[in-house]
Parts: sequence; structure tokens; C-alpha cells
Amino acid sequence: MTDAPLLRVSALSKFYGARVGCENVTFDLWPGEVLAVVGESGSGKTTLLNCLSTRLLPSSGTASYRMRDGQFRELYRMSEAERRFLMRTDWGFVHQNPADGLRMTVSAGANVGERLMAVGDRHYGKIRATAVDWLSRVEIDEDRIDDEPRAFSGGMRQRLQIARNLVTGPRLVFMDEPTGGLDVSVQARLLDLLRGLVTDLGLAAIVVTHDLAVARLLSQRMMVMKDGRVVESGLTDRVLDDPRAPYTQLLVSSILQV
Amino acid sequence: MATPLVVSDVAKSFTMHLRDGIKLPVVAGVSFAIRAGECSVLGGPSGAGKSSILKMLYGNYAVDAGQIIVQHEDGLIDLATASPRTVLAVRRLTIGYVSQFLRTVPRVSALDVVAEPLVERGEEREAARGKARDLLAQLNLPEKLWALPPATFSGGEQQRVNIARGFITEHPILLLDEPTASLDAKNRDVVISLIAAKKAAGVALLGIFHDYDVREAVADRIIDVTAFAAGKIAA
Repeated sequence: MTDAPLLRVSALSKFYGARVGCENVTFDLWPGEVLAVVGESGSGKTTLLNCLSTRLLPSSGTASYRMRDGQFRELYRMSEAERRFLMRTDWGFVHQNPADGLRMTVSAGANVGERLMAVGDRHYGKIRATAVDWLSRVEIDEDRIDDEPRAFSGGMRQRLQIARNLVTGPRLVFMDEPTGGLDVSVQARLLDLLRGLVTDLGLAAIVVTHDLAVARLLSQRMMVMKDGRVVESGLTDRVLDDPRAPYTQLLVSSILQV
Repeated sequence: MATPLVVSDVAKSFTMHLRDGIKLPVVAGVSFAIRAGECSVLGGPSGAGKSSILKMLYGNYAVDAGQIIVQHEDGLIDLATASPRTVLAVRRLTIGYVSQFLRTVPRVSALDVVAEPLVERGEEREAARGKARDLLAQLNLPEKLWALPPATFSGGEQQRVNIARGFITEHPILLLDEPTASLDAKNRDVVISLIAAKKAAGVALLGIFHDYDVREAVADRIIDVTAFAAGKIAA
């Protein structure tokens, strides 16, 4: 483990006119760490994720990212082209709805291969072999490689989206409700898969979810958001087993026991 | 290092915000040290705060006041105020924990559940699995269960997976929350011998054992938790 964080976020705020998207969010993320951001709809967690991934520009505050050369770069001072390059190579973004992260009318293999070509791979045989390897890692049969994701089930589409994101060996992955909208059994499979991949690849990830069980399974650290502000943060098991903030206590006590 | 863990003046209460902010004091003035090569036992009736103390020492419960000083790598760390990242490092390298119940993860085999803490410490997966097999065999868990996820196991079987997971590493400090609660006599004896081996290896153990025979067999020292009753001080 390195002794420098991968991402440093300081006093990040985003306002939509007079309305608060997220306000005064500060944290560091280290390599290999999975941070869960939880809260109900409208709590600002997706706004925060979109600011961090530079899909949105914040109203104030800073976020700096440690590039592969070890230098910290201020994300919001980079050029659009530099940010796009980062997004294509060093980062991944897993959307809740796979259709937002996949190209639905090209084959599964091309969806994975496209990211490789974006980082400069040109050898067709090599790209296809890597695509096959990644499809098997996300448990999609090789004989589906030429099918379009339109023909896939929701769970398969989500696994394909994950393969597309991880194939370039990113160091940081953003996930927005990665298991939202999936059947419980499909969710369990996906979570197990994600958990294994994150551990094996040593990825850092920021996972937005409203599901505390997902947070417990995937993350080591957690931030609880309400009305755009972080009301509690800490080790995931500490926050869930000994919640301190009134809102966290409400969230934890609202989990249905099965 | 004779006392790798020193607890001084630790206090813990729960504030129930959903119940009009009612405050439930748990313990206060908790002070003790545990010694390498010994098994110290937290004693006292249910509800005295034994599990809460153990959970604070593992960073699972927040600490209201006081210090928990642990010898970690080449320095001393106060767990009561340590950052989440530091607590994770302490758990990986210094403090092991056998919880009362196993928290299972879907689709992960019993063998890998047991091997995981070693893999996290950088051991090769196959070598870690080898050690996991040895421990599960020692704890008499039928071999046909090793490849299955423990979610469907009986209470005693899950507990043995949990014990193996806790004992597989060489953490210098090991916390045990009723590890023998759902075990039969034969497997209780196995746990007693595992604890003896840890002591011989210089590990500092701290446990909760409701079972009188086990406590008699392993305890070098009883720490009476009723002395730390929060009510006493508040009253």
C-alpha cells in the first residue's frame, strides 16, 4: 500500500441555483479502498459522484487526483481533453442503468474492445482475446461475444458494463447504484463478482448506493449523506453497528430483517 | 513487549436519537492491560458491557472517552482516535477477532472465508488454503463442507469456520467473543488447545467465555467488568 492518497477532496460544493446539490464534502481516498456513499434519493450522493468523476463541475471546492507519475493534478483545472483521457484510461464509471454505459447496438466483444482501442491497442487478435478473457471473468459465456447487449438480461448487461470498465486496468472506479434494479439473486452474484474483482485488482472505488447491505459487503469506509451534507463517516462496520448521527440511526433501524 | 494493549479510562454510552435522545450508559472508567502469552477473560453478567468493550478494542464501536493504546508495527496507536485507515491496518496486522456469529458472504466457500485474512496479509492463496484445510480438519468440520458457502451451515459449523478464520493468522493480539458458545464438548476441547498454542506463541488473548469449564481451562486472569459499570459513576 502506498502512503499517498489517490484522490483528495476538499470542501466540495455544488449548488443548483439556490438549491444545494452537495455541500462542503471533504475526504481522502487511498488506493485499494472502497468508499460507500449512502443516503436516500435527493441526499446529494449522485451529485457528489458526478462532480468527482468530472461529469459535473462543482460550484466550489477542489479535488486532486494522483496521476500514474505520482503528481497530483487538480481535476477541475484540467482541460476537457485531459479529463476525457483520464476517464478512458485510469477511471471507470459503472452506471445504474447499463444502457447508459454500454453501446447497445454493437457486440459484447466490441463493447469491451472499444475501451482497449481507446487506449491505443490496435491488434485485433489481442483485443479479441482480452475481450474473451474479460467476458469469462464476469461470467459471460464466450459464445455470446458477438451478440449485442440488447439481447442480454439485466444482470448480464451489468456484468458486461463492468467488464467494459475494468478492461483497461483503471485505478479508480465510480459506481452509481451498481445493483439497483436487479433481482436479489442476480444482485448477490454481481456483488460477489465485484467484491472479488475489487480485491484482486486492488481497485479504489466510490460506490453510491441506498442499500446498506451493499455498502457493508463492498466497502471498508462509508459516508452517510442527508440534504447534501455528510452527516456521518467512518469505518463501514462502525457506522452500521454503532451509528451516531440521528439520521444514520434512522437508516440502520429501517432495514428490514429477513 | 509485555503489554501490547493498554486500555485507560474508556467510556461508552449509546444515545438513542429515535427515542427522544435517551442516553444509555454502558461502561465508564474501563482500565486494564493485557499481557503477551496470557489469556485474560472479561467476567461479569450479561449486559455488563463485555461485548461492547471487545467491540471498542476492535474499532467496531466508537469510544466516547479514554485511550486504547495498541502496539502496532513499530509504534503505539490510540485506537480510540485512530483514522479508519489506521484501524483497518491494525485489524490486518495486529488485532484478530473471533466474533460471536459468522457474517457470511454469498458464494464464498468456507475454505476461502477461512483463508481470506491470510491472503489480506499478503500470503499466497494456495498456501493460505492449505493452512485453512489444516485448521478446518483440526476443528472436525466435515471435508464435504469446505467448498460450500457457510450460509446454510448449522450454528456449530459456522462457529468453527469463524474460529478457524480468527486463529489462522499470527496476529499478536486476539479477541474472542464467546467462541465456544455453540460447540460440543469435543470441539470445545479443540478450541482450548488452540488457545493454549496461541499463548505458547506469545499472543495476548482477551476473551468472553460463558462456559465455566472453558474459562477455567484457559483464563490466566479475570477482568471484572462490573467494576466499570457506567451507572456506578453516574449515580
